[in-house]
Amino acid sequence: MSRFTGKKIVIIGDRDGIPGPAIEECLKPIDCEVIFSSTECFV
Amino acid sequence: MDLENQKRIKDASEKFGAENLVVVIGAAEAEAAGLAAETVTAGDPTFAGPLAGVELGLRVYHAVEPEFKDEVDAQIFDDQVGMMEMVLNVDEIIEEMQSIRSQFCKFND
Repeated sequence: MSRFTGKKIVIIGDRDGIPGPAIEECLKPIDCEVIFSSTECFV
Repeated sequence: MDLENQKRIKDASEKFGAENLVVVIGAAEAEAAGLAAETVTAGDPTFAGPLAGVELGLRVYHAVEPEFKDEVDAQIFDDQVGMMEMVLNVDEIIEEMQSIRSQFCKFND
């Protein structure tokens, strides 16, 4: 049971940091739902 | 934070309940991470977006924090985040995120 189990996840990635899809991949094996994932450019 | 993302987060918290939402951010700088974390907890500090004055108090973590890293598969983390983890100032990011959570997160578990 992880802190993400059963949660709705919002991912705000960063083009120059950790991009959204990379965070999404990490969460795939966990029983949680990514409701949206975006990759911002903070510059 | 992007105004469109602020709106989506606001809508999601109304739909699913703030207690069921977790935000994971990947900002490259501690300052940007802190601003994004503040936006989804205490409200938009720039007072420009839909979350201005909206204190959602959401759980929010950065992808390089142990709160995220220790919960996910080590191999996948290494493949997806490992390279950037070496480049980013992880200690500064952790300090900033912990500071924002301790002040504004409503779900301290």
